[in-house]
Amino acid sequence: MDFKKGIKDGMPIAVGYLSVSFGFGLMVVSEGFSVLVATIISMTNLTSAGQVAGLAVIAASGTYAEIALTQLIINLRYALMSISLSQKLDKSFTTFHRFSTAFGITDEIFAVASSKPTDINRNYMYGLITMPFIGWTGGTIMGAVAGNILPTDLKAALGIAIYGMFLAIILPVARESIGVLVAVVIAATISCIIRFVPVFDFITSGFSIIICAVIAAGLAAVFFPIKEEEEA
Amino acid sequence: MTLKIIGYVAVMAGVTYLIRMLPFVIFRKKIKSQFVRSFLYYVPYSVLGAMTIPEIFYSTGDRISATAGFVVGAILALKKKSLIVVALGACIAAYVTILVMWFI
Repeated sequence: MDFKKGIKDGMPIAVGYLSVSFGFGLMVVSEGFSVLVATIISMTNLTSAGQVAGLAVIAASGTYAEIALTQLIINLRYALMSISLSQKLDKSFTTFHRFSTAFGITDEIFAVASSKPTDINRNYMYGLITMPFIGWTGGTIMGAVAGNILPTDLKAALGIAIYGMFLAIILPVARESIGVLVAVVIAATISCIIRFVPVFDFITSGFSIIICAVIAAGLAAVFFPIKEEEEA
Repeated sequence: MTLKIIGYVAVMAGVTYLIRMLPFVIFRKKIKSQFVRSFLYYVPYSVLGAMTIPEIFYSTGDRISATAGFVVGAILALKKKSLIVVALGACIAAYVTILVMWFI
């Protein structure tokens, strides 16, 4: 397992990222921000849901505390992945290389790295991160540029792309797992209540996601606990 | 790019990096609590559920084309089609609906 093998394993992830980040880039410019802002957000964050939620907070001129908390809750899953992956690193991972490769832990990169039968070395990890990072950044730039030149109708239709991607992540799992289905239904219900009941108008989008996620995931964890071997 | 936006992006990137980095560098043990493990497992799906509903219905600028996109996207997702196919299917359904509405 070397750098080249990592590059090869990262290719399919990069292709997937290209299209998701295209939707994100489009979204950034439709909120009135520049191509540069879109690019920098993607290069420094490398995460889909967190960036979309963060963008909503920025567009609404939320507080720094709100954006920090939003990222914390939405990206909390990476902590779990980091812990899990930290047990699969060979001796080439000195503390310095743990600092630098930690940046590239995403759902898909984690899934590929942890599916390897043996411990992974640092060159493989750097290779694995490279193409998805390029795909994520490149897709964002293309989406942001397209957002500035495409006709209005087409832009409007492309606005649904990133939510389509979210559906593709949620629904296949919700179909198989009652716990996930319950969590998603509870989260969506609370999200609608906060959005449509006037009393809750003071709750901003970032905090709404936090409230929904904590209640829904908390209830699902109580009533449908995951056994060790079921977890990915 | 204003200073305020640089601040936002720095906070976002900083928090996200710390979440990934701290456990990667410090942790060498597994989390034992079943509740915490289960909670962390359900968080991403809950987050995406809350972010998608009801927002997807406002994502194209009008309710009708967004609903068409949602229905097509949901059907494709339930059929376990890939991310790209589901996203493109939703976009095409929304776009066709927008075009059709021009003629009604």
